[in-house]
Amino acid sequence: MTNFPSKRKSSGIKQWDHVYTSSVQNAPSHHWLKIFGAGALKGMVVTLKNFVTSYFRKPDQGGIFTVQYPEERYPEIENYRNLPFLVYDGSPDKVRCVACGICERECPPKCIYITMETDVAGKPVRKPAVFDIDYAVCMNCGICEEVCPFDSIFMDHVFEIASPRRIDTGMIRHQEDLLKSSEYLQKIRPKTATMIDEKKRAAEEKKKAVVKPPQGPTV
Amino acid sequence: MTSFIEEIRKELSERLPNIKLRLVRASILIENPKDLTQVVFYLKENPRFLLDYLSSITAVDYLDYLESVYHLYSMEKKQGPVVLRVRVSKTDTTIPSLIPIYHGAELQEREAYDTFGIIYEGHPNLKRLFMWDGFEGYPLRKDYEQEDSEILETADIEWLESKGIGITNEVKEKAKQMKMENKRAAAQKPEKPRN
Amino acid sequence: MTQVENRHPSETLEINFGPQHPSTHGVFRMQMLLDGEKICSLKPVLGYLHRNHEQIAENITYAASMAYTDRLDYLNAMTNNFAYAIAVEKLAGIEVPERAEYIRVIMAELARLVNHITVIGFLLNDMGAFFTPLLYAFREREKILDIFEEVSGSRMMCNYFRFGGVKRDLTTENLTAIMQIVRRFPAFLEEFEALLTKNEILCMRCQNVGILPANLAVNSSITGPVLRASGVNYDIRKVDGYSIYKRFDFRIPLGEKGDVYDRYFVRILEMRESLKILYQALNKIPQGEFLNKKTLPFLKMPRNFKPAVGEAYGRIESPKGELGFYLVSDGTPQPWRYHVRAPSLINLTVLEDICIGQKVADAIIILGSIDIVLGETDR
Repeated sequence: MTNFPSKRKSSGIKQWDHVYTSSVQNAPSHHWLKIFGAGALKGMVVTLKNFVTSYFRKPDQGGIFTVQYPEERYPEIENYRNLPFLVYDGSPDKVRCVACGICERECPPKCIYITMETDVAGKPVRKPAVFDIDYAVCMNCGICEEVCPFDSIFMDHVFEIASPRRIDTGMIRHQEDLLKSSEYLQKIRPKTATMIDEKKRAAEEKKKAVVKPPQGPTV
Repeated sequence: MTSFIEEIRKELSERLPNIKLRLVRASILIENPKDLTQVVFYLKENPRFLLDYLSSITAVDYLDYLESVYHLYSMEKKQGPVVLRVRVSKTDTTIPSLIPIYHGAELQEREAYDTFGIIYEGHPNLKRLFMWDGFEGYPLRKDYEQEDSEILETADIEWLESKGIGITNEVKEKAKQMKMENKRAAAQKPEKPRN
Repeated sequence: MTQVENRHPSETLEINFGPQHPSTHGVFRMQMLLDGEKICSLKPVLGYLHRNHEQIAENITYAASMAYTDRLDYLNAMTNNFAYAIAVEKLAGIEVPERAEYIRVIMAELARLVNHITVIGFLLNDMGAFFTPLLYAFREREKILDIFEEVSGSRMMCNYFRFGGVKRDLTTENLTAIMQIVRRFPAFLEEFEALLTKNEILCMRCQNVGILPANLAVNSSITGPVLRASGVNYDIRKVDGYSIYKRFDFRIPLGEKGDVYDRYFVRILEMRESLKILYQALNKIPQGEFLNKKTLPFLKMPRNFKPAVGEAYGRIESPKGELGFYLVSDGTPQPWRYHVRAPSLINLTVLEDICIGQKVADAIIILGSIDIVLGETDR
């Protein structure tokens, strides 16, 4: 014989580490509630109520919250992180990145590849010659952004990156595709960008005050 | 915590004098793996400890030997953990299974067998858990050689050609030579750990 | 009336349930031996989502593994981060500031809410209540995921915890948003319970199905809501009192019988208790640091983080059970051994025992009530 719910003494839980009264257990049990099917009917009332009120309520209170995606868009959240990009100041040849390779070393899935540029004499210049990121391998953890000592790599808000191919021009992004202006950073991450600008300004003022020979980063 | 371990060790050495024990990093090392079941059963049934809950079984490769680590707790008395260790050599990796005492050891022992090759004697179904049956080697041992996915072997080439994918002669020659030398495409291990 | 022998001698039938089956919650295979509709034996087959998480973690730095722990139990990345952070802090002896502890508890309890409503939604889906309860659950889940996105940057792969604190501070807006969720959640739970708890169909499907006796549960190392549904009072938040859980007033719901219905109802009650913890934590959260300043250099240079030689086992009460991380350090930036004690794998130990003698359709809801996530099971 199947077990009719009312044959169980309570709605399941009796023991606690001490006595507990759930609001469901406390609900007045009218005799009509004991009719078989009353529980299911009550559930249907809930669905009906939801169906009707969804047209009147606000989206965050149970109303319809569908966003018609390509036309409408959900407001961007500042801290949202997706895929990394590089920042330049002013013109694309003034890259913030100095090709120190910390992000390359710390990247957990090893999706970054960097080589340092050399000048005519073969001396290394603090600038990336090759900076490739395999977007297909990147797992959006944001470690590159965290470890970068020069505030040059950041996580983007772009997510429409579908491509028919994995290699070449598909998911492997080269330096020229990755570079974005600092204005763009200001647009998508205003708080972070302002903080970095202030930090830079403070450092420059300090530099002006105390003139000392430039020191290279210790890698 | 250490005093609890000390208490257990004292109790064990009094009641089971034949079993050699040693304290390692606030845990009990059982010198002879064969004694494991006896110790565990004693600790489980003794009303002072009642270690009725086997939280975790895992293995560690310490290069010279393999170690199986057991974390025991008591649900009844809400105390723990008691960490037990058993060491075996890499050639003879037999440790008695804990399944007769704890049913919960089943999948965990299979996992340790799969990844470290520790044979739990008495396990009713000691098969690989994550890897497929024909898999060779034990992937979490430190001397495990990873397969190099860049180099193709003859079997790979046959499979690819059956799907109509052309392979250059150079790659074919390399595969042939490897087969002649009876070698697998093992990945080169870096000289020093990746920085 | 003469008794008619209606039972024909039948052959047993072996079927493979999964791995590509929506009811197995991922790529999980059950090798079943059936006699008619009854299950004679059931062997779980795992490994379809195996990616050797442990070996990956042994080859990268401690900090980089945090991002990989998100991928274990992808429904609640926050608690996975929590367990790993606790294990590493134990290993390296890092202290956590007060405010960070509160933020951690708030995030972990929000993750518990997310997990439990999702699980109940999917359980109902398995039962045939196609998508209505699940979508009600997802509606609430969405609000919590928005909070996760605002604070951590990602909805599901949060990567929010750091050794000695959290990545970002909670702003006042975040706290008010969480408070609003906490205030509104009981109304949703009432509605959800009105829809489900006394529903006769749910009761008939769930009650007395898949009974797990308490002694078998303890012996099989079952943890989490599944264990407590069998009536064993064991919650690591109470037993270990890790982080700051000792300061909160909450209770542990325990089941009576250990059937699927109890597992469902324990989860509902646990959510109410989680709300209590959240309410207290949000009211008491102090001002201060959100990250231990001593660990800041390790954030910039994860390779300099070298815990002393030793080992640690850190465990927390994740929504699925005891999630533990066993770490052995050899003094290098990479852990020598990194082991995950995955609750959803070990809770499967008992699957065969409670499925035998049940119908095929019941096996599905039993699996649903055990609540596995294959990312964690297979690792």
